[in-house]
Amino acid sequence: MARMKFLCDADRCIECNACVTACKNEHEVPWGINRRRVVTIRDGLPGERSISMACMHCTDAPCAAVCPVDCFYTTADAVVLHSKDLCIGCGYCFYACPFGAPQYPKTNNFGSRGKMDKCTYCSGGPEADSTEAEFIKYGTNRLAEGKLPLCAEMCSTKSLLAGDGDIIAEIYRERVVTRGYGSGAWGWRTAYKETLNV
Amino acid sequence: MLIKRKAGQVSRTRLQGAVAALATGALDRRSFLRRSGVAVGGLAAVGALGVGSVRRAEAGFTAPGVETVIKKNMCTHCSVGCTVTAEVQNGVWVGQEPTWASPINRGAHCAKGAAIRELVHGDRRLKYPMKKQGGEWVRISWDQAFEEIGDKLGAIREKSGADSVYWLGSAKFSNEGSYLFRKFAAYWGTNNVDHQARICHSTTVAGVANTWGYGAMTNSYNDIRNSKTIIFMGSNAAEAHPVSLQHILTGKEKNRANVIVLDPRLTRTAAHATDFIRIRSGTDIAVIWGMMWHIFENGWEDKEYIAQRVYGMDEVRKEVAKWTPAEVERVTGVPEAQLRRAAETFAKERPSTFIWCMGGTQHTVGTANVRAYCNLLLATGNVGVSGGGANIFRGHCNVQGATDLGVDIATLPLYYGLTEGAWKHWSRVWDEDYSWLLGRFDAVEAKGGRDARDALKNMGTAGIPSTRWFDAATMDAEQVDQRDNIRAMMVFGHGGNTVPRMPDAKTGMNALELLVVADPHPTTFAALHDRTDNTYLLPICTQLECSGSRTASNRSIQWGEKIVEPVFESANDYWVMYRLAQKLGFADRMFRNIALVEGKYGPEPEAESILREINKGGFSTGYCGQSPERLKAHMAHQDKFDLVTLRAPADAPAEIAGDYYGLPWPCWGKPEIRHPGTHILYNTHQHVKDGGGTFRARFGVEREGVNLLAEGSWSLGSEIEDGYPQFTMAVLQQLGWDADLTADERAQIEAIGGGDPEAIGKVSWSIDLSGGIQRVALEHGCIPFGNGKARAMAWNLPDPVPVHREPIYSPRPDLVADYPTREDGRQFRMPNIGFTMQKAAVDGKFAEKFPIILTSGRLVEYEGGGEETRSNRWLAELQQDMFVEINPEDAAARGIVEGADVWVTGPEGGAKVRVKAMVTPRVGKGVAFMPFHFAGWFQGEDQRGAYPQGTDPIVLGESVNTVTTYGYDPVTGMHEGKVTLCQIAAA
Repeated sequence: MARMKFLCDADRCIECNACVTACKNEHEVPWGINRRRVVTIRDGLPGERSISMACMHCTDAPCAAVCPVDCFYTTADAVVLHSKDLCIGCGYCFYACPFGAPQYPKTNNFGSRGKMDKCTYCSGGPEADSTEAEFIKYGTNRLAEGKLPLCAEMCSTKSLLAGDGDIIAEIYRERVVTRGYGSGAWGWRTAYKETLNV
Repeated sequence: MLIKRKAGQVSRTRLQGAVAALATGALDRRSFLRRSGVAVGGLAAVGALGVGSVRRAEAGFTAPGVETVIKKNMCTHCSVGCTVTAEVQNGVWVGQEPTWASPINRGAHCAKGAAIRELVHGDRRLKYPMKKQGGEWVRISWDQAFEEIGDKLGAIREKSGADSVYWLGSAKFSNEGSYLFRKFAAYWGTNNVDHQARICHSTTVAGVANTWGYGAMTNSYNDIRNSKTIIFMGSNAAEAHPVSLQHILTGKEKNRANVIVLDPRLTRTAAHATDFIRIRSGTDIAVIWGMMWHIFENGWEDKEYIAQRVYGMDEVRKEVAKWTPAEVERVTGVPEAQLRRAAETFAKERPSTFIWCMGGTQHTVGTANVRAYCNLLLATGNVGVSGGGANIFRGHCNVQGATDLGVDIATLPLYYGLTEGAWKHWSRVWDEDYSWLLGRFDAVEAKGGRDARDALKNMGTAGIPSTRWFDAATMDAEQVDQRDNIRAMMVFGHGGNTVPRMPDAKTGMNALELLVVADPHPTTFAALHDRTDNTYLLPICTQLECSGSRTASNRSIQWGEKIVEPVFESANDYWVMYRLAQKLGFADRMFRNIALVEGKYGPEPEAESILREINKGGFSTGYCGQSPERLKAHMAHQDKFDLVTLRAPADAPAEIAGDYYGLPWPCWGKPEIRHPGTHILYNTHQHVKDGGGTFRARFGVEREGVNLLAEGSWSLGSEIEDGYPQFTMAVLQQLGWDADLTADERAQIEAIGGGDPEAIGKVSWSIDLSGGIQRVALEHGCIPFGNGKARAMAWNLPDPVPVHREPIYSPRPDLVADYPTREDGRQFRMPNIGFTMQKAAVDGKFAEKFPIILTSGRLVEYEGGGEETRSNRWLAELQQDMFVEINPEDAAARGIVEGADVWVTGPEGGAKVRVKAMVTPRVGKGVAFMPFHFAGWFQGEDQRGAYPQGTDPIVLGESVNTVTTYGYDPVTGMHEGKVTLCQIAAA
């Protein structure tokens, strides 16, 4: 079974935010919830680089380890999903996550958190695939239709790659060999306990 | 943003530190100031939903078991031309999929393209026709709108003349809409018709066309994959044309290409460059001459190319000799070593391409800047080769097409100009009585010491540029060289915040007798002014709700199909123009050859039929071969076209085999002869039937004894192995090639010549409606427009060889004496008092009072005036505040901190804007930058209430053009948008 991963090539990312709005478009994500973001470092300085970040669907996901209601589960494709029926909005996963992925809708004037929302790798949740119930809670299920996450599919410069970890690693490796530079697969050591050697 | 983590202070890993900042505070300018939290002031109402469910399901859910129809159209934002694939269920656009097959975007989008579905299902669109009555917006019907607007137009025409109505069109029209709009203005009887090209690349079109024939990108985005050196000057493609970076970065990686960015700002594009050279805004010519100084000094120029294909380079040499490294550094601030390196790389590591955008064009010397760039390309032999070329990235999605189709004050469709011959050509195409058209135009009496103009002369006189309409509305009528002032503005798809001097524009709007805004959103034209009556809003649908073709920057024409019916009560441009023409009484004439089909509100002109009429008359620019059938076949077989050459192989389906994607113009002759289009202009390495060509012999055959035709250079397979003039019937006869004309072609040519042998001999390749002259020329391997030299020196323009001239509001008054702007004069019916203004600025010591250079540009999330994109919640969330970028040193000197409110004041009329400060070294010391997409705040005042309820864009902000200033290019009327002065103070 394939092991799904994300890889953002920082030497290609131009911070155009297509990944961010593609995600909003595909899942009708409301204002204030960002399943994916682009982070820029050294903004305005020589060496400026940007990285598109979302849930990385970690191996041994730390969010799952701290969840008091055990709402997380990992699919056969190694995608980390959660059940909004079980989630109590406690926020532990937010503190555990090394990538800042979990998001919480504000539910009342006292700022209490609603059910956690995060990137699903475009593969829905525990509900039956491609149903309206699944869509309302988690967004569309592209994986069930044989499609990859739209953020990566629409990436303007093919910087953000999604798919089987071995295949996207190979694409990245080839690219680095061709051009002679590469800053590595951001976040892979943290998320997947491995690095990508070229 | 300058919230930086210092090394050693953070105990966590680098990665954790960076992403934790997502939650704790901003790291970069997207997360600038406001996190996209829900509780954001006036924006809070955008989306609160119940616990557990986070989304609305009414329009985003692709239901299983329901038939899904796939429709293909193009993104309506920038000129790259990304294909949009839409999934439609029950007439609702429910999903968007990547278009892998498109050779232009290969599935990719930027933030705008990936959010484009919201344009059609967002709720901030203008929903029905409205008018202002006693200061209140009220709903009216389409019928009432046409009745009232038509009557008012008639009254103004009666009283002040046809020229008093200004037809401001759009680069967002389809080609068919653009063409109809220009035709409409012709039938109304005025040349006061313009669109956004005036303010983006009018100087490019004028400068480039005057150099080598046509004013367009010579190669393509895809072809940049072949470049070895790429210069961006005044272009921030990573934000303005993000998907182009896919080709550029791949090319850079595969060829290890040099990417050199010359810009006042360290842009996002510069972040991916191999070299960045910071220049002083407005010194492009000095920089280019500085580079060419090194090239000539070291003999790096392409001598053979210059001898064969370039006229007047010696004149340029003389000017360049003045630009020693010391003088260049004094004027531009660029050290010798940097420019020498760039020059050497550009000249030696070929093919080299030069890319420019508004940083180069929006200047009082815009046309001269452009010609300087062209000269650098010509000197190094980089035009007409794969991987080289002037890759001019156009702005809007169809600004190339709208320019081509003549939504312009100085020409009829397809660059025929306004001569009697041009009017007669189009009269023939339209089957129109030329004298009837003539009768539609005003005669202008003598005034202000100027001669009178009869209707014939007025018909041939260029109109007022869109940058000056408000001057023409408010200035003393003596000064305006037409019957009367501008009294009515008909604004179709054009923002009001993209032209400098907005306080004056506001006065102009107030002065109008009639203001009509036809747009999917109420623009600045709807909200900026204090008008209480005689103001109309017409809801136009986007091109996503309309069929038609659009021309991408690389001249490829793509056919877009209507994805869904126009939403709410909106309607397409074709129908609105048809109905207005009906009301004004010339619909039967204007649409006599155009088929009508049943549309949303009854009969409307058919896009295919309009395109056929364009084909029928579009010989001058090679818009003749792109029939709707061919364009549709290209969209259906997108996957067959090569990613780099854009060509379909010989074994592709017969209807596209051998074609270049989108039949990039010129696509010669009738569609039946199957010319493949032209991927790379002026490319002598290919046969003309394969898209090859030469420089256009546009400027005669000889000047002062010097040959203007190419010498020893011709396109592959040409039967004339030397330069030759443009083809006419007489030339064919001289060569004996007229025998190749069919009887039918000959008959048509003779009819155009009216049976007079001399007139028949003069019938040229561009007015021969049979296409026979083009066909025969191609058969003999010749290009219809002749084989001439490019002009390094354009004798017909002001400054035949470009010379550096300081901006009107120069930060270096000490240089103004050496490099003054041009003398005051009159252009385009208006005075241009740039010299007086510059002198006043120097005498008034403005550079001391306003010590910071102000420049402007784009953000990736927004486009143009920004109403569409600022109304899109997915984009608006990413950029919630108007801001000014200010250098840390300038900020520290003024006690300005990151995120604080500041007042930016400009040198004219106390204009000021209140914006947020972004303190960043992206801009150099003494330079400030503001994006130009914002409107809805004016000099500290919130104008949200001025929009009709529910149609106000989500994000409003001050417009940079409130503080920008006077200055106009003498050739095109382009405004000075990129250099002025300002002062910044904490608010």
